[in-house]
Amino acid sequence: MDQYLILIPLLPLIGFLINGILGKKLPKNLVGTLGTLAVFGSFLLSLFAFLEVRESGQALSQTAFTWMQIAGLKFDIAFLADPLSTQMMLIITGIGSLIHLYSIGYMHEDEGFYKFFAYLNLFVFSMLLLVMGSNYLLLFFGWEGVGLCSYLLIGFWYQNLEYGKAARKAFVMNRIGDLGLMLGLFMLLQHAGSLEYKEVMASLSTLSTEKAACIGLLLFVGATGKSAQIPLYTWLPDAMAGPTPVSALIHAATMVTAGIYLIVRSSALYSMVPEVLEIIGYVGLATALFAGLIAIRQNDIKKVLAYSTVSQLGFMFVALGVGAYSTAMFHLTTHAFFKALMFLGSGSVIHAMGGEQDIRKMGGLAKKLKITHLTFLVGTLAIIGFPLTSGFFSKDEILAKVYEHSPIMWGLLLLASAITAFYMLRMFFLTFHGSFRGTHDQEHHLHESPISMTLPLMVLAVLSLAGGFLNVPAFISEGSEHLHAWLNSVVTDASGGHHLDHSTEWMLMGVASALALIILVSTYVVYVSKKSTAAEDNQLTGIQKWMNNKFYIDELYQSVVQKPIEAISNLGYNIIDRGIIDGSVNFIGKSVEVAGNALRRIQNGNVEYYLLYMVLGIFFLLVFKFVL
Amino acid sequence: MITEVTAEHYIILATTLFVIGVAGVLIRRNAIVVLMCVELMLNAVNLLMVAFSSHHKDSAGQLFVFFIMVVAAAEVAVGLAILVMVYRNTRSTDVSLLDQLKN
Repeated sequence: MDQYLILIPLLPLIGFLINGILGKKLPKNLVGTLGTLAVFGSFLLSLFAFLEVRESGQALSQTAFTWMQIAGLKFDIAFLADPLSTQMMLIITGIGSLIHLYSIGYMHEDEGFYKFFAYLNLFVFSMLLLVMGSNYLLLFFGWEGVGLCSYLLIGFWYQNLEYGKAARKAFVMNRIGDLGLMLGLFMLLQHAGSLEYKEVMASLSTLSTEKAACIGLLLFVGATGKSAQIPLYTWLPDAMAGPTPVSALIHAATMVTAGIYLIVRSSALYSMVPEVLEIIGYVGLATALFAGLIAIRQNDIKKVLAYSTVSQLGFMFVALGVGAYSTAMFHLTTHAFFKALMFLGSGSVIHAMGGEQDIRKMGGLAKKLKITHLTFLVGTLAIIGFPLTSGFFSKDEILAKVYEHSPIMWGLLLLASAITAFYMLRMFFLTFHGSFRGTHDQEHHLHESPISMTLPLMVLAVLSLAGGFLNVPAFISEGSEHLHAWLNSVVTDASGGHHLDHSTEWMLMGVASALALIILVSTYVVYVSKKSTAAEDNQLTGIQKWMNNKFYIDELYQSVVQKPIEAISNLGYNIIDRGIIDGSVNFIGKSVEVAGNALRRIQNGNVEYYLLYMVLGIFFLLVFKFVL
Repeated sequence: MITEVTAEHYIILATTLFVIGVAGVLIRRNAIVVLMCVELMLNAVNLLMVAFSSHHKDSAGQLFVFFIMVVAAAEVAVGLAILVMVYRNTRSTDVSLLDQLKN
C-alpha cells in the first residue's frame, strides 16, 4: 500500500518536464495551473501519507529500484515517510502550493513565466527527495538539487549582472558547505558500509567518540552552508535578488531548513557528542545575535527579512545545540508559516510599489493594501512572539529549553529575540504606517494585489496565528504537545535531565512576552506617534554605520579569501596555463607552420626540378640501401 | 687486342649510356631531346637485359626486351603527341616553360 510514495516527488518532476520542455508554447494560465496542481497533488498525497503514519504509528517506506551497486556497496532509490519526513513533506508541499498559486499572480508579467514554474517544480522535487530519501545519498542528491535550483532562481533575472553575481555567490558558498557534508558522508560510509539511515544508526554503537565528533562537525559545516549560519551566511541576504516568491519558498520556508533537517535526522549521532552540540548552539546563538544587529539598520524590505531569516535559523540551531530537536522542528514549522507569509506580503508591497524595495520610500501603505497589511501584521506579531501566536509558542519553547541548559545563553537569546522584535516592528511601521514618502506616481499606482496573491497570504496568516497550537507546552495544557509526541519515535531530545518547574516556565514566558510588548509599544511611539524615519546612509555614524554595512563581512571575506585565491588563480593562469600549456601547444603549431613555409618553396611547378628531386631521391635510397 | 667481350664490358657500356640519358633528361630543356634521352635510358636497360640473357643462357631476358620495345614505342607515340599539343599551345618545346603544375 506504500507504493504511492514515489508519486510525491514524481509529480513535481513531471510538472518540471512538461513546463520546461513545452512551457514556451503553452499559455501562461495553463503553465501556472499545471505547476501549481503538480505540487498540490504532492501535498494531497503527503497528507494521505501523514494520516496513514498517524493511524498505524509505523513509518512508510518504498524501495523503487537499485540506483547503483559498486564495490560491495548498494544504493537504493528508496523513500521513507516517518514522522520527521512527513512533517517536512507537508511544509514543503503545503507552503509550496500556496507559493505556486501566489506566483501565478506575481510573475504574470514576466517573460520567463514558464521557466520560473519549471524551476520551482524542480526545486520542490529536489527538496522532496532530500527529505524523503531513506539514505544519506538521496539526501545529498536533493541537497545538491535544491542548491542548483536556488542558483537558477536567484539568477532568474540574469540580465542584471549583480543578480548573476549574487547567484554565483550563493552557489560557491553552498559548495563550501557541501564539501563538509560530503566528507562527513564519506566517513559515515567508511564506518557503516552503507548510507541507509537504519544501518547507519545501527552502527553508531561501534563508532568512536572522536570519529563521531568529526562526522558531526563535518555535517554541521554542510548545515551552516545551506542554512546560512556564521561563517557561511552571507549568501542568503544576497539571494534576495531572486523573485520574491522564491525568497519565500526557498530562502525562508524550505531549503534553508535543510541543515536543521540534516541534524535532526542525525540526532542519534549528535547525542553521542555533546561537545559538538555545544559548538552548534554557540554558532547558532552568535548568528542569531549578529544577523539581528545587521537587520536593525537595513532599509531594503527583503534584506531585513533575509537577515531575520538568518537570525531565526540561528534560533533553531540554538535549540539543536541544547539537544531540543523537536523544539527546533517546531520553530522550523512556525517560522516557515510566518516567514513565508511576510515574504509574500513584502512581494505584494513591492508589486504595489512598482518594484520599489526601500522602506524609506514607503509608509502609510496600510490604507491602500488592507489585506496585505493585516496579514503582514499577523506575521510580524508571530515573529516577535506576541502571546498566543505561533512564534510565541515556538520561541518560548526554545527559550525554556535553553534556560534549562544555561541561563547565560538564555539571556543572550532573549536579547536576540528583543532585537528581532525591534527590527521587525521598525520595518512594519515604516512600511505600513506614517505618511507616504515615495513619488507621486507610485502613490497613484498603489493597489491591492489580485486574489491569487492575497489568498495564500490569508491562508498563511491563519496558519501563523494558529500554528502554535501544534505544540502547546505541557505546563499550560497537559497532553497538548502534539508535535513533540509526533516526533518522539524518530528523535529523542537530549535535554530534559532536569525539568523546570511550572512556575519557572510561567516566569520565562512572562518575561519574553513582556519584552515583546514593551518593544511593540516603544517602537510604535518612535515610528508612528513621533513619525521618525530611517536615517539616510550618509548620516549614520559609528556602530550604526557598521550595522548598515553589515559589519563589512563581505569586504572581509573578499580581502581574506577572495583576493588571495584570485591572485593564485591569476598566477596559475598566466604561468601555467598561458605559459606552459598554451606555450607548448602554440609551439607545435608554429613549428609546423614555419616548416611548411620553408618546404613549399620546392614545389615550384617546374618539371625539371621534379625530375631532379626524383633522381636525388633514388640516389639517396640507393645510398641508404647499399652503402649505409 | 680485344680478347673477349665479357659481361663486365656490357655493364660498363649500359651504365654509361644510362647516366648519359639521366644527365640529358635533367639538363636539356628541349622536350624532344629529353624524350630521346629517355629512349637512351630504356635502351641502356635493354642492352643490359640482352647481355645478361646471353650470359646466363636464359632467353627470358630477350623476351622482356621485346616487351620493353613495344612499350617504348607506345610511350614515344603518346609523348610526341603531347609534345605536338604543347608546341601548338606555347609555340615552343622548352620544358622549363611548363610550370603550370604549381597551381
